Amino acid sequence: MDVGIVGYGVYIPRYRLKIEDIAKVWGADAGRVKQGLLVEEKSVPGPDEDTVTIAVEAARNAMRHARINPQDIGAIYVGSESHPYAVKPTATMVAEAIGATPNLTAADYEFACKAGTAGIQTCMGMVEAGMIKYGMAIGADTAQGAPGDPLEYTAAAGGAAFIIGKNGGETIAAIEGTCSYTTDTPDFWRRDMQPYPRHGGRFTGKPAYFKHVLSAAAALLQQLQLRPQDYSYVVFHQPNGKFPLQAAKELGFSTEQVMPGLLVTKIGNTYSASTLLGLAAILDQAKPGERILAVSYGSGAGSDAISLLVRDAIEEKRNSPKVLDYVNKKIIIDYSTYAKFRRLLVK
Amino acid sequence: MGVPRFWREIPNRYNLIGTKCKNCNKVFFPPRYICPNCRRVGKLEPYKLKGRGKIYSYTITYVPSNGFEDQVPYVLAIVELEDGPKITTQVTDCDPNDIKIGDEVEIVFRRMGEEGEEGVIYYGYKARKI
Repeated sequence: MDVGIVGYGVYIPRYRLKIEDIAKVWGADAGRVKQGLLVEEKSVPGPDEDTVTIAVEAARNAMRHARINPQDIGAIYVGSESHPYAVKPTATMVAEAIGATPNLTAADYEFACKAGTAGIQTCMGMVEAGMIKYGMAIGADTAQGAPGDPLEYTAAAGGAAFIIGKNGGETIAAIEGTCSYTTDTPDFWRRDMQPYPRHGGRFTGKPAYFKHVLSAAAALLQQLQLRPQDYSYVVFHQPNGKFPLQAAKELGFSTEQVMPGLLVTKIGNTYSASTLLGLAAILDQAKPGERILAVSYGSGAGSDAISLLVRDAIEEKRNSPKVLDYVNKKIIIDYSTYAKFRRLLVK
Repeated sequence: MGVPRFWREIPNRYNLIGTKCKNCNKVFFPPRYICPNCRRVGKLEPYKLKGRGKIYSYTITYVPSNGFEDQVPYVLAIVELEDGPKITTQVTDCDPNDIKIGDEVEIVFRRMGEEGEEGVIYYGYKARKI
C-alpha cells in the first residue's frame, strides 16, 4: 500500500452544554451520569450550523493544511448520519465551497459513526488504483438524541476532513494497512423519517462495540505483524469515555497510548467525526516515525481499523488550527438555550 | 429568494468571488461587470476575496426578519474586508455586547435560511470574531 495522509482539518462548534444541566432537567444524578460516561460537557451546533457548515469548515482547514490545488481533488465523500438533506449530497456543497468542482466524483456516506473512515478507505482504493490524484474523506455530524434519552448526554457535533494521496514528500502519515469487520447487528438505528435514533441499551456494548472494534483491530495487527507495543498512540470511536479505555485494555494498549486522542470527555460523542477528531488530535502532536492505530465503530455494525506511520513532512505542516484550540474555545450555554438551538421547543 | 437566484449567486455566497479591475486594481463585491472608475477601458476579472476584515459599523437587532426569530438578539455589521469592499453581514457565535467597531473578523460558511421545512437550504457567509 503506497498511500497516505497529505493534510487534515477539523472543526468543533463553540457551544457547550454541561452534563449537570441535562441531568437537572430529567431528575438524574449528575455525578453518577458523569462517572458512568466519563463525559463532562458536549459540543452543541449553533442555530446556523449543520453537517454541511461543519464539513465545509473542516474541509477548508484541511486544504490550508495540505497546500494543494483544489482542482487536483478527484473525489469527496462525506460520512454522516445527520445530512441536512435526505436527497441532495452534502459532498456537492463541500466541493463547491472549497473550489473542487466540477471535475470530480462525490457522494455522501452513511454508516452510523464510521462513515468517515469508510470514506478514507474508498479514497485509498481510488488513489492506489490511479483513478484520482487526491481524495477527501470527511466525517461530520450534528448528532441527534431524543430529549430524556441517555443519548442526550453525549450526542454532540463536530467534523474532520482528511486528504488522501500517493506517498511522497508531502505525505504527513503513510497508511500501512486497513482491516474492517462488519456484521448485521441491530444495536442502534434510526428509521426513515424518524427524528431520533433508537438503541438496544446495554446491548450496544459487548456484542456490538467491543466485538467489532476488537476484531477489526486484532485482524489488522495480525495482518501487519505488529503488536500494541509497536504503537505510540491508539484511538477508538468514543461513544463515552469508558468504552475506548476498556477496548485499549483488552487489546493490550496502555491508558497513555489512548489519552492524547480521547476527546469525548470535553466535547461528547461527535459520531462520524469521533475517531477522526481523535486521530487529528494525535497527529497535532505526533512526531516522525511514530505509529498510530485508529479504529472506528459504526452501529449496525462495523469497524474500520487503520494503521499509520508518521512521516517527516508533518513537521513542515504545523500551520493548521489544532483540535485542542477548538476544544478549548467555548461558550457555555444552558439547557433552555440548547433546546432553542436544536429546535426542541414546540411553537 | 428563488432557487435560481440563489444558485446563480453560489460562487459569491460560498467563496466571496467578486471582480477586480485589471486597469485600476480596485476590487468589487458583489461583482461588478463594468468598472465605475475606468468605464470602457476597465478590465474586470473574477477575484476571490481573502475573507478577513474589520467591523466598520454594526447594529444589534432585537426585532428580527422572518426566519431569524430564534437568533435574537443578533449582530448585523458592515465589515470592511482587507481587499477593500465593505459587506453587510451577520456576526455569528458572539455575545452582542462583546462587539466593537474595529474588531477583527473572519468570514465563515453558515446557514443563511431555508424555504420552510421542505424547501432548499441557503448557505452563505457570516463574520466571526477572530
